[in-house]
Amino acid sequence: MPIDQSLVGREFPSSAPREVTEDHVRAFVEATGGEYAGQVPPTYPIVLTFDAMFAFLDAEQIDLHRIVHGDQKFTYERPIEVGDVLTATLGVSGVRSLGGADIIRTTSEVRDAGGALVCTAAATLVHGGGAA
Amino acid sequence: MSTLEPRTFTVTRADLVAYANASGDQNPIHQDEDVAKSVGLPGVIAHGMFTMALVARAVESWTGPGRVVELGCKFTKPVVVPAGDAGTEVTVAGTMGDPSDGVATIALEVTCGGEKVLGAPRAVVRV
Repeated sequence: MPIDQSLVGREFPSSAPREVTEDHVRAFVEATGGEYAGQVPPTYPIVLTFDAMFAFLDAEQIDLHRIVHGDQKFTYERPIEVGDVLTATLGVSGVRSLGGADIIRTTSEVRDAGGALVCTAAATLVHGGGAA
Repeated sequence: MSTLEPRTFTVTRADLVAYANASGDQNPIHQDEDVAKSVGLPGVIAHGMFTMALVARAVESWTGPGRVVELGCKFTKPVVVPAGDAGTEVTVAGTMGDPSDGVATIALEVTCGGEKVLGAPRAVVRV
């Protein structure tokens, strides 16, 4: 599928609702050398936005292995808590070409079961133009 | 302005496997030396989000949990993780700006082997 301006402003499938469980948060925290003490770490919402990104890549038939993570920024409305049921929805805010690569600006909104915004995650995905 | 005590973290290949399983990012460049080299990397590299998670750990070690309102960076240089238990080390240093309207900005510097690996890493925290 073409990676071009036609992606901007389109809606892509939301991720399936995912419950934040203590077991999963513990595994996430311990994988980065931390000790779980009941709180959900700030980068945890990447799990949700990955779900949304995979849905986007799948819908557009873009190969994950040709994607490099260029930047990431989270803005939090509140800390995520164990027991939250969260859904992420990805939008494309811009596409440009640079040196044979496509640079895709995405913004994913993470919302709770009541529809309230919990976190906004902006990410730049760099899609390589050559052989990966 | 106040300088914060730098935090140093060890990163091993086993950590990357655990993180891949926990985060769902199973890209083989973070686990398999041959695949990493086949795409032009010097070796297995840490997930950018793994490094960012270490940044978050450092920030929360300074502020306590649940105070981050914004966290961002560019992934400018890969963190190469050699095989073996020694792994590599990532150091997170920070300087907290003066509070304004209940928040303060922490300018960060994240290095591996003395070289910066993140561009413009920054956190905004409630104080």
